[in-house]
Amino acid sequence: MGTFSRIVEMRGHIIDSLTFPKVLDEILGCGAEYETEEIVIGKTRRDPSYARVRVTAPAEETLDKVMSQIGRLGAEAVEEGDALLAPASGDGFFPEGFYATTNFPTRIRYNGRFLDVEDLCMDSGIRVSGPEIMACCVKMSRVKAGDLIVVGHRGVHVDPPRRDPIRRGIFEFMSSTVSPEKSKERIIREIAAEMRSVKSEKKGKILWVVGPALVHTGARDSFRRIIDAGYVDVVFSGNGMAAHDIEASLFGTSLGVSMAEGKIVPQGHAHHLRAINFIRSQGGIARAVESGRLKDGIMHALVRAGIPFVLAGSIRDDGPLPEVVSDTVEAQRRMRELCKGVSVAVMVASMLHAIATGNLLPATVRTVCVDMNTEMVTKLADRGTHQSLGLVTDAELFLRELAGMLSG
Amino acid sequence: MCPPDYFGIEYEINPWMSRSRPADPVAARLQWESLFDLLRGKLGLSISLLVPEKGAPDLVFTANAGLVRGGIFIPSNFRHPERRGESPIFRRWFEREGYEIRDLPRDLFFEGEGDVLAVGDDLLAGYRTRSDIRTHARIGEILDTRVLSLELADPRFYHLDTCFCPLARDAAVYYPPAFDRYATRVIRTNVPRTVEVSAVEALRFACNAVVVERNVVLNTGCGNLKSILLGMGYAVWETDLSEFMKAGGAAKCLTLFLTP
Repeated sequence: MGTFSRIVEMRGHIIDSLTFPKVLDEILGCGAEYETEEIVIGKTRRDPSYARVRVTAPAEETLDKVMSQIGRLGAEAVEEGDALLAPASGDGFFPEGFYATTNFPTRIRYNGRFLDVEDLCMDSGIRVSGPEIMACCVKMSRVKAGDLIVVGHRGVHVDPPRRDPIRRGIFEFMSSTVSPEKSKERIIREIAAEMRSVKSEKKGKILWVVGPALVHTGARDSFRRIIDAGYVDVVFSGNGMAAHDIEASLFGTSLGVSMAEGKIVPQGHAHHLRAINFIRSQGGIARAVESGRLKDGIMHALVRAGIPFVLAGSIRDDGPLPEVVSDTVEAQRRMRELCKGVSVAVMVASMLHAIATGNLLPATVRTVCVDMNTEMVTKLADRGTHQSLGLVTDAELFLRELAGMLSG
Repeated sequence: MCPPDYFGIEYEINPWMSRSRPADPVAARLQWESLFDLLRGKLGLSISLLVPEKGAPDLVFTANAGLVRGGIFIPSNFRHPERRGESPIFRRWFEREGYEIRDLPRDLFFEGEGDVLAVGDDLLAGYRTRSDIRTHARIGEILDTRVLSLELADPRFYHLDTCFCPLARDAAVYYPPAFDRYATRVIRTNVPRTVEVSAVEALRFACNAVVVERNVVLNTGCGNLKSILLGMGYAVWETDLSEFMKAGGAAKCLTLFLTP
């Protein structure tokens, strides 16, 4: 919905007089939307009630029309005031009482007009900076002394995404429902259609967050086909996925298990260490690809296609591979940078990286979470990534089907 | 009540008024005196009189002075400047009589008993044409009473008392097309027994009646309502108020109840 909104208050016997439903009907009738911010119903027959409602309209004229219609019904505009700003008193922390963001589209009122908050992601603060005044999400660690940060809720507007009644794709229809019983083929077909439309209409980037199970389950080749078909623009993963992918390229095993026969190979448990050691000796994955020593696989395909990736490190990593960013704050910064312009995110067989990425994405990004484990799929939604479409299935099956649809 | 010494059609502030159809002062006087005699003589009401003043032709319509409940008087804030001169006259009278005067904010229009009527413990209040709905919440606070707001939808029925008349704690007469659909629902939900009047009789101001216990005083020409009321056991008193109809008022408009 548009950017024109105002808060109105009503008081009196507005429930018994039907004045409150009438005001809401008038708002909708004029083509605007409402959100009830507070309603206090009188306890006894004689007690008055109170309601505070935010009216949002697609155009200023519509809002003016609504205001004059509901004004005669006793709804009075509340003077809102600008968002309050306070300077950060040091590097790396917000001022007391800072406004903590959600991943929903957010605007702040500044000098009487509304600014869209950019680089939206949850669990951040909002920094207002000049000279061309703009409002941006900023992580705690990136705050500099003197930065002006929004404090309190005044003048901050959050618009939870509304379901579009006309274009009701798979995301709107299925979101937040997780069931192993749903027809997977149909859902995957819808996801493929969504990706094709993103690409054909140049609506943004497709981000993939993948875990090592992608390699263990034998989905490497399917994923590579999707990369080759042009449906991968950014990849987030960790040391493990890259190490096992390279292990598979060099030794034909994943965690020591033969990819072809599914049997444990003697001394195979050390293959991933040898793979990491080899890449370190080559000066990194990109170098190994350039020199022709790494000939196939996911990492090879990404490097060849010049697709940006972030391999974020963790405390249990072996090696790690030289490309792994083991400073987590730095990894988070790079991931946030690459999230700009993403319109679809696919998370396959990854828990920590998927949740971390969910925290970086605005709620408007269509997100698919594929995992064998129902808990993982619900966990993502529970942690605030409400827009996530969950699919409980095997990574290999999902990628094989999707690759067939996208490259076929 | 206020005698019609200076009553006349001197301006046009509702669809009933036209300076080309002046009131006949002699006929008006006779009609007003008939009503006065009926209320005092036949129905035994005690009536206080306001001294008429020149230049305030609508002062006869005392229902619009304000709202009286117990010892409290909430004065009107007239919408039309033509009637604002009446306010100090009414105020002086209520001050002299020792009422507690509770003013509404100056910028909120309110036209007294013209727009507020009691049904049981509730007040029903009209708005849009004359009174501002925002006065309803304040009146509810002042009187600690539930105030049900009713939107008036037809400019010919510009005050609530032109289209709604309480009969008893649980009953009222009204003309549904004068209200919007929310208001008709509120009336049907909150008033257990309602009598609907026809368009013809609504335009004879059938609803602008004075009810004193089981007696109803009506303008002439409201035969259907009369027979319904007789059927309900009311005594009905018809009195010709055609001269006052030229100004958009009948029996109720000409009276303000001091002891509700």
